[in-house]
Amino acid sequence: MTGLGSNQSGPDTETVRLEIPARPEFLGLVRTVVAAAANIEADFRDDRVEDLRLAVSEATTNAIEAHQLIGLDNRISVKAIVSDERIEVVVRDQGKGFDPENLDIMPDPEDPQRLFFENGLGISLMRQLADESDISTGDDGTTVRLVIYTRSYL
Amino acid sequence: MSLGLRVQHVDPFVVLGIAGDLEMSSAPAFRQAVIEALADGDRHLIVDFGGTDFIDSTGLGALIGGLKRVRALEGSLQIVCPQPRLQELFTLTDLHKVFALHESVDDVVEAGLPHEVSS
Repeated sequence: MTGLGSNQSGPDTETVRLEIPARPEFLGLVRTVVAAAANIEADFRDDRVEDLRLAVSEATTNAIEAHQLIGLDNRISVKAIVSDERIEVVVRDQGKGFDPENLDIMPDPEDPQRLFFENGLGISLMRQLADESDISTGDDGTTVRLVIYTRSYL
Repeated sequence: MSLGLRVQHVDPFVVLGIAGDLEMSSAPAFRQAVIEALADGDRHLIVDFGGTDFIDSTGLGALIGGLKRVRALEGSLQIVCPQPRLQELFTLTDLHKVFALHESVDDVVEAGLPHEVSS
């Protein structure tokens, strides 16, 4: 079962929470819910909602992988906090974390060695796509926070 | 999410038409389709994203894996990607330098085999 809830967390914000099993079949659901949450505020540009959808998908993919890596059955939590100026999405897993300073350095695209790197694009994509992103990671899990702002704010 | 996959032969190419989302849940089916095409003797692949809504880094990883397999057999892998949104993803990740992107399957077929493999 997937947990889904909504509550008012402040005078001007609306919070939507989603908990998913750590399985790839649920990625599409997370994208749909996050895009729908962003569309509560009509002032997000469509391409920014697309950016957010992709960034959140990357964060959730990493979370699912983190649970699968250690055979953890727990759910992954996704929270979207929407206001009239921004949407913030927080993806939290309970995996073993990773060292963000120690990610593989991707070879140049023309370098034949580039073809040996099938992974590792996700985190740089999140950073490129979101207006704000931060990752906090440790032995008890990883939390990724992604923010995009509305047109009127920027 | 299941992956819609349509395999079509347009000599000398095999076209893998992808419908739906290419990400963690569907990437294994895509990898399998590439492996099967190569096992069937096809060497020149066109991956058609004309019917694709969404690709993420896991999908791109599967594509890189496909290119690696194809190159090992001296074949080619070209991409049809008419949506500006998805083209942007290739640019953001610098993979537009690795993959040739085309507007339509017809464009690729008319151009024939890429130079580096046509000899």
